Amino acid sequence: MSTATQEYQAVFAGKTRAQLDEILTRYPAKQAALLPALWLVQRERGWISDRSMTEVAEVLGLTPAYVKGVVTFYTMYHQHPVGKNFVQVCTTSPCNICGAEGVVRALLEHTGAKDLGATSPDGQWTVIEVECLGACGFATPVLINDDFIESVTPEKVPELVRKYR
Amino acid sequence: MGYPHKPHPRETVVLSKHFGDPEARTYKGWVRRGGYEALKNALATDPAAIIEEVKTSGVRGRGGAGFPTGLKWSFMPKEKTKPHYLCVNADESEPGTFKDREIMRWTPHALLEGTAIAAHAIRAEVTYIYVRGEFTEPLAILEKALAEASTAGVFGNMKIYLHRGAGAYICGEETAMMNSIEGKRGNPRIKPPFPAAAGVFGMPTTINNVETLVAVPHILKNGAAWYKGLSLSNPKSTGTKLFSVCGHLAKPGNYEVTMGFPLKDLLYELGGGMRPGRTLKACIPGGSSVPILNREESESCLLDYEGCVEKGTMLGSGGVIVFDDSTDMVYQIMRLARFYAHESCAQCTQCREGTAWTTRILERILTGQGAMKDLDLLLDLADNMTGKTICVLSDSCAAPVVSGIKKFKSEFEAYITGKKRPVAA
Ligand SMILES: Cc1cc2nc3c(=O)[nH]c(=O)nc-3n(C[C@H](O)[C@H](O)[C@H](O)COP(=O)(O)O)c2cc1C
Ligand code: SF4
Ligand code: FES
Repeated sequence: MSTATQEYQAVFAGKTRAQLDEILTRYPAKQAALLPALWLVQRERGWISDRSMTEVAEVLGLTPAYVKGVVTFYTMYHQHPVGKNFVQVCTTSPCNICGAEGVVRALLEHTGAKDLGATSPDGQWTVIEVECLGACGFATPVLINDDFIESVTPEKVPELVRKYR
Repeated sequence: MGYPHKPHPRETVVLSKHFGDPEARTYKGWVRRGGYEALKNALATDPAAIIEEVKTSGVRGRGGAGFPTGLKWSFMPKEKTKPHYLCVNADESEPGTFKDREIMRWTPHALLEGTAIAAHAIRAEVTYIYVRGEFTEPLAILEKALAEASTAGVFGNMKIYLHRGAGAYICGEETAMMNSIEGKRGNPRIKPPFPAAAGVFGMPTTINNVETLVAVPHILKNGAAWYKGLSLSNPKSTGTKLFSVCGHLAKPGNYEVTMGFPLKDLLYELGGGMRPGRTLKACIPGGSSVPILNREESESCLLDYEGCVEKGTMLGSGGVIVFDDSTDMVYQIMRLARFYAHESCAQCTQCREGTAWTTRILERILTGQGAMKDLDLLLDLADNMTGKTICVLSDSCAAPVVSGIKKFKSEFEAYITGKKRPVAA
């Protein structure tokens, strides 16, 4: 069954709609609620589909193309489904010299994701490299979903992966 | 730096006094520590008098540019014909910098208090605190603190909102941030108009960094003269500064010292020195966007705005990146260039093409396919990337390249001549 033929369930209904309505009161222009609205979509759906972008556009009085232009600018919005555990590893210079590459390798191996950006066969894990996470003194920081974990080393990876599995 | 926070005897602990103390995160705990007193007094004081005091203190912006804070506030229109806005820059993403995160994690009320005082001083009804999207923990802590303090009624009629970023280094640039708040792509704007004339939503706006704002309650409480006295060298650099120290160092972390503190002592005493058997090779003192210092320069650099300029670099955000003698400088400079290529918003040709091309040339050199003329090409490119674009991200990419080639040329040549084995890049 293709998803296109399925009835689209609006994100902004009930509680989520009420949250967006509250957010709208914070800004003098509707458009300013765009980033928060996209965060709500991602929280509810795990990613932001074209159909959801159209819904956001309708709700905020924008065009779908405009919304897409914004979504693609910001790296944290997922335009495709990702694994249940989304892992972001900093590999910028300060972390690189403290061994971030080893952490990436260990994560790819132990999660079974194998390749950067790919999702593990069990659908559990997606691992990506990101630029500086603002915690360079705690190399290597890793963000698993909303959990910010400091000072990860390759040795700590197996235990970490077990915790989330 | 470890927790519970035990400052080094040579630290001057003002902003970081309550780091590591979970009770200070709560509204009650903050009030017990003398919190919100400065705000209460400020709200009963004429905004112009507050601006004057902040001007006199000499405090300069801690976000990177070092612009005098009181002066910036004084640019806001005197005649109030439109709503005024305050934007708090909590987008901290400059490689090497991790001080604002620590401030927000441990002392969220300090930020809220400084924010509310600034909002009063510039007569802003509405404040947006722009927190980078990856800072999930600081966001949650701030949200809780904001709710608590709002319930306690400390902000009067002011409105303070958190606005979450979504992953874009460039949104730390103030005009990009305003676009991002407006629901746009984070493209920097051409200046003028300056934010104080037409900022977010086209209204008069002031943007301040987290660390700048947390210094303000202390200035009002203890007086501008006290703050000015916190200076070891140049009267134009006052107060304490949090330095985030990272990289090849025994004890990375945040250290708060008085302006003018010797970089050498920060590295060898507070930061615990190099790892066993290693020596210092290079250091970037102000976050990745400023020129690299060699060992000699690092060991004689005083940490204030003027001291860094004297060594040909900048204090920037105070993110100190340390490289020891095991470092492949060519690889690290490539890695920094790649960062800027990834983060360029792509509006300006020099930046979009320059950052990507610079990265490609460096990759070519690393993989053994470089030529001597590539070094001139890199310098020529860097020249074209400096001072010619809408914002200084482009210049920031050029800074480590130019200083790197100048100070570590033999490492580049070793790759080009085949003296050094190529590496994967
Ligand atoms: C590319 C770029 C990135 C920046 N990133 C940050 C940042 O993450 N945090 C910050 O406070 N300032 C950042 N700035 C500086 C801001 O534009 C602005 O000068 C600062 O927030 C003003 O606050 P201050 O005067 O209190 O320092 C950045 C500037 C540029 C050009
Ligand atoms: S210099 Fe680079 S980041 Fe700045 S506005 Fe131009 S393209 Fe964008
Ligand atoms: S470089 Fe890795 S967190 Fe900053």
